[in-house]
Order: sequence, then C-alpha cells, then structure tokens
Amino acid sequence: MSRLQACFEALKSRNEAALVVFVTAGDPFPGETWKVLKTIADAGADVIELGIPFSDPLADGPVIQASSMRALEAGVTPPSVIDDVRIAREAGVTVPIVLMGSWNPVMQFGMTEFANAAAAAGADATILTDLSPDEADEWKAASNVAGLDTIFLLAPTSTQVRMDKVKPFAGGFIYCVSRTGITGMHDNATIGVSELVSTIRTNIPGVPVCVGFGISQPDHVRAVSAVADGAVVGSRIVQQLHETRDLDVLAETVATLKAATKR
Amino acid sequence: MSSLIQGPSFSSEPDARGHFGPFGGRFVPETLVPALDELSRRYEEARTDPEFIAEFDRHLQEYVGRPTPLTFAENLTNELGGAKIYLKREDLCHTGAHKINNTIGQILLARKMGKPRIIAETGAGQHGVATATVCAKFGFQCCVYMGAEDVKRQRLNVFRMQLLGAEVRPVESGTKTLKDATNEALRDWVTNVADTHYIIGSVVGPHPYPAMVRDFQSVIGRETRAQMIERTGRLPDVVLACVGGGSNAMGMFHPFVSDESVRLIGVEAAGDGIGTARHAATLSLGRPGVLHGSLTYLLQDAHGQIAEAHSVSAGLDYPGVGPEHASLKDRGRAEYAAVDDQEALDALQWVSRREGILPALETAHAFAELRKLAPTMSPDQTIVVCFSGRGDKDVEAVAERLGGMHV
Repeated sequence: MSRLQACFEALKSRNEAALVVFVTAGDPFPGETWKVLKTIADAGADVIELGIPFSDPLADGPVIQASSMRALEAGVTPPSVIDDVRIAREAGVTVPIVLMGSWNPVMQFGMTEFANAAAAAGADATILTDLSPDEADEWKAASNVAGLDTIFLLAPTSTQVRMDKVKPFAGGFIYCVSRTGITGMHDNATIGVSELVSTIRTNIPGVPVCVGFGISQPDHVRAVSAVADGAVVGSRIVQQLHETRDLDVLAETVATLKAATKR
Repeated sequence: MSSLIQGPSFSSEPDARGHFGPFGGRFVPETLVPALDELSRRYEEARTDPEFIAEFDRHLQEYVGRPTPLTFAENLTNELGGAKIYLKREDLCHTGAHKINNTIGQILLARKMGKPRIIAETGAGQHGVATATVCAKFGFQCCVYMGAEDVKRQRLNVFRMQLLGAEVRPVESGTKTLKDATNEALRDWVTNVADTHYIIGSVVGPHPYPAMVRDFQSVIGRETRAQMIERTGRLPDVVLACVGGGSNAMGMFHPFVSDESVRLIGVEAAGDGIGTARHAATLSLGRPGVLHGSLTYLLQDAHGQIAEAHSVSAGLDYPGVGPEHASLKDRGRAEYAAVDDQEALDALQWVSRREGILPALETAHAFAELRKLAPTMSPDQTIVVCFSGRGDKDVEAVAERLGGMHV
C-alpha cells in the first residue's frame, strides 16, 4: 500500500479529512526546507505539497508566484528540491510528500530520471499543473515504474469527457480545484464544492478527493472536510511564513487548520 | 483567393491533438482544457463553413484593405545587384501590420461562441491595437495585457488602444515583457473562462491556437503566391520574414511549404549578438521545452527556467517561438537566421531612405538578412520579403537609439 493510500485509510477510520499543506521549496529558508517540513508534519498536517519553483507558472496567483521568484533567486533547483525531500526523510518526516510544479523543469531534468530520483529521495507523488492527461502518457509510465503516484486536477469546468480522461491516470488523490482561477486566498472558496466533489466521486470511485485553490481559513477547511477527503492550504501558509519567518507561528496555524478537519 | 480550406497539397499538420512532429500540443491547467476543446470544435466548424469564410473574406477586403499590394523594390534590387526583390505590403493593412488578419478571424469565432469579453497579450502593441480595433468594431469588451517595460517602449500604441476603448493592464511580474503579459493573460483566462475569449496574437500557445492563427494569417502567403505567379510567371526563389512568435512568417510560409523549390527563411532577433547572453534567437540557440501551453524551442537555463529575451524590437522580444516553426526547422524545410539590433536599425534607415517606406523594427530584421542574401543571388531570381508592419510606432525608440533627431 502506498504511503498516500495508508494515510487516507487511517484518516477515514478516525473520521477526519486530510489537511494538505503547500510550501515552496527554499522559501523562506533556502537549505533548511526540512525544518519547515518537519514543523508542518509535527503540527499535524497529513500531507505536504512541496512546490518546485518555476519562472512562468500559469496556475499560480501572486503569493505563490512571488514565493517562487524568491526561491529561484535563492538558487533553488529541481535537484535541490529532491535533496530537500531526502533530508526531510532523514530528519524523521514520515507524512506523504507530494512534489508540485510545472512540467518544463521536470522535462529538462529528464522525466525518467526525475521520477526515479524523486521516488528514491522519498517523495510519494507529483502534481504538475500544466500537464493534463492528454500529454501525460510517458510521464504516467515513468511514474508507475518509479513508484510515484500521479495526481491530476479537475475543475468546475471539467466535463464528463474530462473526468473519463483523468480516471485512468489518477493516483494518490484527485486535486479538485475549488473554482476557476489561480491559487490564492478567497472568501467564497467553497461555494459549489460539494456538488463538484460528489460528481468526481461518482465518476472516479475509490480515489480520495482533496479540494484546493482559495482555501485559507479554518471555516473553509471545515466546510471542505464535511464533503471531501482533504483540504489544501497554500497561499496563506506561504504568505505568513514569508512575513513572520517564524516556525512557531507556522506550527500554530497548521494545528488550528488541522483541528478543523475533524468531523 | 482567401478561403481557409486547405487544398490537398498543404501539409496535414498538426495532428488531431495539435502536434507538429514532437512539437506543439496542449500543456495547460485542466481548467482551460474544456475551453480549448470548445474552441477547437468551433474552429473546425468555421474553417469549412462557407458563410464564415465569406464573412471573414468580406471583412478582410472591406475593412482591412486586402488584398495588400506586392511592391517591386526597384531601388533595393538595383543597389544590391542580385535577386529581384518584392515586398508583400502587410504594413498597408488597417492598423499598420499583419496582426489584424488574425484578430478579425478570432473575433468572428468569439461571436459564434457567445463570449462578450476579449483578452489579449501584446509586445510591440500591434496585436493589442489590432485586438482593440476589432473589439470596437464588433462591440466587445477588451482588456490587453502588456509588460510594463513594453508600455514604456511603445507608448504610442498604448494610447491608440485606449482611444479604441480598450483597457491596457501593465504587467509588473517577471521580466515585464511579452512573456509575462502572456502569463497574465492566461491566468486571466483560467479565472474568467466562462465569458472570455483569449485572442492570442501569434502562432504560439496551446492547440488549436498555432494552427488557427496560421490559417487566419495564411492569407498573406496565398495572395503572395498568386501575385508572384501573375507578375513573374513563376514562384519566388526565396521567401523572407521576421520571426518572434512567428505569425507573419508562418502565414507567409504555409502556402509555400509544399513548393519545394521555394526557400523559406525566418529571421530572428540576435539582440546584442548571437555570441552574447542578450538575444531572442530562440530557434538558433534555444532547446525544446514547454512554455505557454506548447512544446517548442525556448530560451531557458539548465534547469528549465525561462530565460529573458532581449531585442530592440518589442515584437521579437520573446523566449519562445511557434511550434510549427520548430517542426519546419527540424525537418529542414525552413531555415532560420538571426540579425542583431544594430543591423536591424541600419536596415530600417536603409529601407526608409531607398524605398520611402518606414518598416517596423521587427520587419527591419528581415531586411537586414535581405542585404546579406540578395547579392549572393542572380538577377533572374526573386525574393519576397514579408513587410509585416509599418514603423511609425518605433519612431521614438529609434530616435533614442540614434541619438535624437537631426534638425
């Protein structure tokens, strides 16, 4: 059983949703990403998404764009992100780690090499926001060989055709985009989510559904947890970490958000 | 002569998923895929719909001023002493460049799709002006993203867009040029996809844009081919066009691709020079990767971060290129050269003084290559240069580079 599968089964038995926390590798502490990951895991997050910065991301809002630019300026590269995962595992981080980014850095690394290196370092899955299943045949095959789950996105615009297309590619969980748009903090993040999640569950049974984009407050997490298998918080964490540079504050925020996942 | 339907002699590229050999495709957030599917479907219907084609042709004729003339450049020909030089005068299109051929086609599609809001990216401002123009004519809300750096370089076009009723949004992220304006437009589209159509201005982006923009622009090559046969009794030996994203070049090349005797030469911007780090010679010096939704040649670092492009010409200042150009290069069907800023500035003055036509800085790159090429050819051979746009918008920038006005 994969680490992600085990994670969602354990949560189910505890009647909790997953708290998925996103941070950009190397921001704000280049070379000490493991400390951030350890803090997040120890504070109760169930899954960590670790962002591989890209110069020209299409799906990211201003907060994560700016974070990516800072990370790139600090010298973060795909190999250094894979190192961060390895060091975090050595430091005792045991929760699933999902690498999240854009396709070009993976393509330039070499897709087979990247899948193997990421899996060997202890990563569990990838989310590549501009790689839809239409272009993902080879990546899916390379990930299967390496033992990495491939997480794909579905959105409010997704039709039956798209759900059918994503189904055979989906692994780990489905990343359900809460609204049309880019990442960031929004007040009305959870409107219409319930219906979308249940449509996805009907079409792609047996794969957990986590909801992201715009989720920033415990109330959002609570609302999402009532209808989905997990809630993803990114921009708020990234922004707060950038402003405070304080791991204690980070731990407190994560713990508060985690409390909201208990049904 | 301007039917969108391609005859059997034309290449069947791209395939159904938008691939030109290994290039092209569709690399976008999932949210956009249904909109691209719809656009593909509507475009496939439109390109074989006689009513759509008739309306497109009518606007090109009545509003844009097509067919554009083919001008024999007698003075350039005499001075260079080689091949006979002809100019395909896209600078005489309404709004002053070839860009409007595409925006007319796409606004008609947007109307079919019932989307009331239009967004666009622009570098030199020509595509932004062409988009603002058709939005004014056809009654659409228009928002143009433009890099803050380009807003400074192309102030005249910013004001033109505003006069036409468009909102111009300066983009402060990244390198503040065309690449970042395109990112911002795509992010807007992801957010507002339900009521918004994105008019991409070049043969770049996710499928179906590269093929669709090419088809709307291929009126340039179809007219040129017929005009050359009428004037000279045969096909040209060389067709020459500048390449940023590559829409004027692709529109010119496409109808000649299966005419194997015709050399197709694209000219990229070498900025400070090919040997420097500051250039925009994507096909000459880049390597394949994914940017703005398609796989193509890119300027990038070892880790796949997109590099900053540099050119005196805002319209060529782009680190990617249309995927069909990448395919034509790899198949050896088209050649790509690069000329630097200084050569382009020299060529701009040379064409202005010899022929009395002020070319855009983008177009001037093609003329810089022409100066090298024509003397190596014989007087019974012919070259057509795609005169992609007029240079009025560049007067201020050129004056600055040349040290002001001489009075």
